[in-house]
Amino acid sequence: MTAAQTLLSIRSAVKRFGAVTAVDRVSLDIRENEFFALLGASGSGKTTLLRMLAGFETPDAGQILLDGRDIARVPPNKRPVNLMFQSYALFPHLTVRGNIAYGLEMEKRSKAEIDRRVEEILETIQLAPFATRKPDQLSGGQRQRVALARALVKRPRLLLLDEPLGALDKKLRGTMQLELKRLQHEVGITFILVTHDQEEALVMADRIAILKDGALLQCDTPHRVYEHPADRFAADFIGEMNFFPGEMTAEGLRGLSGQVIKADGNGGPRPASKALAAVRPERLHLDVRAGDNRLEGRVVAMAYHGLDLQLHVRTALSPEPLLVRITADAAERQPIKEGDDILLGWSPQDTRLFPA
Amino acid sequence: MPSRAHLPAMLTILGFVFAFLYVPISVLVALSFNEGGLPTAWTGFSVKWYGALAQNGDILSAALNTLIVAVASTLLATIVGTLLAIGVEIRRRKGKLLESLIFAPMIIPDIVLAIALLSFFSLLDVTMGLHTIVLSHVVFNLAFVCSVVRARLKTFDWSVVEASADLGAPVVTTFRRITLPLLMPAVIAGALLAFTLSVDEFIIAFFTSGAGRASITLPMQIFSMIRFGVTPEINALATLVIAVSVVALALSQRLNRGLVGA
Repeated sequence: MTAAQTLLSIRSAVKRFGAVTAVDRVSLDIRENEFFALLGASGSGKTTLLRMLAGFETPDAGQILLDGRDIARVPPNKRPVNLMFQSYALFPHLTVRGNIAYGLEMEKRSKAEIDRRVEEILETIQLAPFATRKPDQLSGGQRQRVALARALVKRPRLLLLDEPLGALDKKLRGTMQLELKRLQHEVGITFILVTHDQEEALVMADRIAILKDGALLQCDTPHRVYEHPADRFAADFIGEMNFFPGEMTAEGLRGLSGQVIKADGNGGPRPASKALAAVRPERLHLDVRAGDNRLEGRVVAMAYHGLDLQLHVRTALSPEPLLVRITADAAERQPIKEGDDILLGWSPQDTRLFPA
Repeated sequence: MPSRAHLPAMLTILGFVFAFLYVPISVLVALSFNEGGLPTAWTGFSVKWYGALAQNGDILSAALNTLIVAVASTLLATIVGTLLAIGVEIRRRKGKLLESLIFAPMIIPDIVLAIALLSFFSLLDVTMGLHTIVLSHVVFNLAFVCSVVRARLKTFDWSVVEASADLGAPVVTTFRRITLPLLMPAVIAGALLAFTLSVDEFIIAFFTSGAGRASITLPMQIFSMIRFGVTPEINALATLVIAVSVVALALSQRLNRGLVGA
């Protein structure tokens, strides 16, 4: 991505509901034409943040700058921002065309322009034959596309998507993820996606912000948040992660068994403090190389997933069995069965250290 | 589940209950077509009592009064009751007290309400007439309209209202183009219910109509006629009132059912 301009700037936004702080001093800069994801579990404040951007909630403190103008107190109908609702919120008494035209009618566009733009977007989302149907005569996927078209047709500066694929089945979701991404490139509008599904965020977003308990944990590219999580919550939330508890020493982390786990490339917690070493399941391997961290363990369970083989391995370094993913190829080279004692290795470069 | 052996007994009881409910009404309807006009002997089918009804100036003016009261009180109650229902729904987290206060007129005995309204109008020194009957009918009709609309609002998806605002609609436009059309079946159902209730309401109208014949409504007219015995004309009149009520109720129920499916 080139040095694109900042479109939206959230500065120390705070929102409280009674004693609960739903959004706690969140600051984010979102760039023009970016596909940005707000990722968090339920109660992380991501939806509240989104509703503040749409204008349905007003921040108790902080600023929301869109094109440099503070819109924190501008009502929803006066913002160049549109929201695609999780429930789609289509108007049940209007046809597909009526739903899509509604927002343009509010802008007092001419009849000719409305007709032209509605037809255009109907083509884009491939729903032209369904223009005269009512929402209850559409499938879930079609409704989702109408909701998207209704928001997009207004050509907002910013499109907000609240769990847009949540109601779709798994297969359709995969198709729609790519579809949304393609569409975003096509229309050149900045998208902010709210999701609890980390895979969805990884697949679709240019950058991801991870929220926990209303606070921002990390904001980075999918690759960075996956490979270099900011802390153990981020590490746990994105993908799968094995943790080894222990204490920091000069060489690395001394684990439960006394074995020292080496880690490269990050400063890590200060010496003599309680800490966690972490490694992704797919980074553990059976062909141990020189310089690797080594670990013996016993396979207690295994599951075949087609592309890979998932092992649960009990070791002396952690109370829980480790999760190990080895490729189908590796499994063929070295057949494994339950109860086997195996030697695992992983590179210090793939090891992350976090304060406990 | 009751066993199959109980079925005949249950059907018998059901038959008795329906007979209890509908035989008197059926007799009344039948007698309104009795040529002889006597309740004791059937002398042939005739619609002459309906003709006599059309000639009776007292009844016609009472019917007109009832129509005025019913239409006016229904309109007022429907507009205010719908807005009230929406307001209460939006503020429902403020507690249940507000809700109970609105529905109280449905539960308070009519006679109590009638006395209260009479005292109230006397206290304010209002000259009573059709307008006071209208206002009094609004009091209880409001509660009925409000409760019908509230029932619909319980399953109302408010996200469409937010969606409308998000797409650029001001509050009034959202109400006109989204909220009201979606509530319309319930609003009409409430209005029909209010109309029916107003048409056959006697006690409150009787207390708040003031002196003189000018503001006599249909139920009051029937009451005054009945003191000289049940005439065939009254049977005919009652039959017409039943017909109007049944049609309004059926429409109201149909609309209420329709909106469950929608």
